[in-house]
Amino acid sequence: MLEIKNLHAGVNGKEILKGINLSVKPGELHAIMGRNGSGKSTLANVITGRDNHEVTSGSVTYNGADLLDMTPEDRALRGIFMSFQYPVVIPGVNNTYFLRAALNSKLKHNGLKEINVADFMRLIREKLKLVNMDEKYLSRAVNDGFSGGEKKRNEILQMLTLEPELSILDETDSGLDIDALKIVAEGVNNFRNSSRSFVAITHYQRLLDHMKPDFIHALIDGKIVKSGGINLAHKLEEKGYSWLEA
Amino acid sequence: MDKNKQIIDEIIDQEYEYGFTTDIEQETIPPGLNEDVIRLISSKKNEPKWLLEWRLKAYKQWLKMDEPDWSKLNYSEINFQTISYYSAPKPKEKLKSLDEVDPELLETYKKLGIPLEEQKMLANVAVDAVFDSVSITTTFKEELEKHGVIFCSFSEAVKNYPKIVKKYLGSVVPTTDNYFAALNSAVFSDGSFVYIPKNVRCPMELSTYFRINAANTGQFERTLIVAEEGSHVSYLEGCTAPMRDENQLHAAVVELITHQNAEIKYSTVQNWYPGDPKTGKGGIYNFVTKRGTCLGDNSKISWTQVETGSALTWKYPSCILKGNNSVGEFYSVALSNNFQQADTGTKMIHLGKNTKSTIISKGISAGKGQNTYRGGVKIMKGAENARNYSQCDSILIGNDCSAHTFPYIDVRNPSAQMEHEASTSRIGEDQLFYCNQRGISTEDAVYMIVNGFCKEVFNELPMEFAVEAQKLMEVSLEGAVG
Repeated sequence: MLEIKNLHAGVNGKEILKGINLSVKPGELHAIMGRNGSGKSTLANVITGRDNHEVTSGSVTYNGADLLDMTPEDRALRGIFMSFQYPVVIPGVNNTYFLRAALNSKLKHNGLKEINVADFMRLIREKLKLVNMDEKYLSRAVNDGFSGGEKKRNEILQMLTLEPELSILDETDSGLDIDALKIVAEGVNNFRNSSRSFVAITHYQRLLDHMKPDFIHALIDGKIVKSGGINLAHKLEEKGYSWLEA
Repeated sequence: MDKNKQIIDEIIDQEYEYGFTTDIEQETIPPGLNEDVIRLISSKKNEPKWLLEWRLKAYKQWLKMDEPDWSKLNYSEINFQTISYYSAPKPKEKLKSLDEVDPELLETYKKLGIPLEEQKMLANVAVDAVFDSVSITTTFKEELEKHGVIFCSFSEAVKNYPKIVKKYLGSVVPTTDNYFAALNSAVFSDGSFVYIPKNVRCPMELSTYFRINAANTGQFERTLIVAEEGSHVSYLEGCTAPMRDENQLHAAVVELITHQNAEIKYSTVQNWYPGDPKTGKGGIYNFVTKRGTCLGDNSKISWTQVETGSALTWKYPSCILKGNNSVGEFYSVALSNNFQQADTGTKMIHLGKNTKSTIISKGISAGKGQNTYRGGVKIMKGAENARNYSQCDSILIGNDCSAHTFPYIDVRNPSAQMEHEASTSRIGEDQLFYCNQRGISTEDAVYMIVNGFCKEVFNELPMEFAVEAQKLMEVSLEGAVG
């Protein structure tokens, strides 16, 4: 589904990713672990197409198509979703309106009929229950006045509504208390199936304990230096990263 | 690189949609301002002597006044001697029916999306069309007359209803009120007049459409709306002008009067030519005095404005809340894109007991635009239990624009309840990327964010116009993200 080959990329002329190779197949959950500044978020930004990131060499393909050639909205419409580390506030635009606009834009892209307000409300009420969110969130502006945990749950709510093929979870566990973490992890787990893939970026193993990843990758200084199963996550938690450094 | 910026830059190149000129023979008096010019305007309109005298008095007062310099607006001095104060399409005889209107003019209004043929009109909206200095035609007149509603050009009102005009003209905005109001009082050429008799709910929306066409002319219209006891009217004005390199002056006066239990809802969609988007050359200087008096108890005046045009906007639609329990409202969206400057807001003057005012102001600055909210709330001594709620929000798009807020509050009665809220936000790359990542295009994201920001005000507009205002915002916003 997602193939990253020898990816070199950076910001403002500074190389941050120094040759990433990663292959994500349908149904898999990959966790990328690394310290601050190791390039985790840069990788997420390159996959989703944030403007200020420059790719100097290598390739990223998604279902065989060159991802780097596409606009961010095109990538989104083709099924790539990112749960943001810091979801932005959009004052005055209410959640319902925003989410319906996003969903309709996707439906339109797929040649389907747009969803009307009544059907959308029915749909969203069901999804709200999955992340244990109150209906009152819907009438509030996007992320406006949301606590850290509410913002993250709102990201997962959007994921559940838009039903992407590939979800990048960028530090979705940060800022969550243990209860919220469980809700978010459960939201993701229930959403998993044989065709949906995930790349979860995190510092800590605690999210992974709830999510059961298929692969763990340790990212150090822009390179994946070690890959393995859940045991690698435990080892990283216990020993840190220095043992992996040359 | 900056893809979002590029997309928006592409749209910015679209031209002002209403910038065409109508090629029609016009009678325009030579530029310049003196007593003779005022006499000439008055005689062209066959005005009664009292009105000429009223004009001359205003002119003399104007000569002694200074142009206000307290606004945030930057512009080179206006030379009042280079402006022509009267221009009218030539066969300016009184028209009996639309068949006599120059087809060229009908075509103009059609292009502006204002068909004057009644059967093709927006359902339930009567239109008075003002072209430069004169009113061309008023639709649905007979239908309105059945209900006793008078809706006609100001000139006709002077002729046919002199008593009412004389009674109310200048009663809300006196000739000495301010520099531009004095100038308007001296040289005003036409405008709309509305009279709603006692206990009548006006059966349709009334609307005036102002069009500046001639070059080097100023437009000075005057609108007077009187709502008798227990009556109700909703009125809307729209404005456009051709693209020209010179700045043109528009200085209007609007006076509203509501008697007991009456209500006037006054909406404006202002889209005068804003000037060249790249150089800032040309555009309308919009200096307007709008004020209403809630004379009677339990009466209400509500101003809603969507200001997207003009190079300069200087405008403070205000309410004098004289009657007990009277209500004043001001809902405003002001957009300054490219080189536009807006200094706009309201004044709410509470005199009566239990008077209540609401101010919702939304300023949008983009390009090199400058947007200023200036508002005054005054609670006078006798205004027991007065209440005011003010909310002033600004949104910035790009890095070269600015927003300013100047609220003035003067409370002389301790029972007053005042609330003031203000916010400033920015449409950032982060917000746009967030929307993009959810599959929403950059253009749609900008419109969505701005429309969300303006929603409270758009909700106050009559339905058809709310949709129009939304579209107008989208057109006016083009070129916004930096």
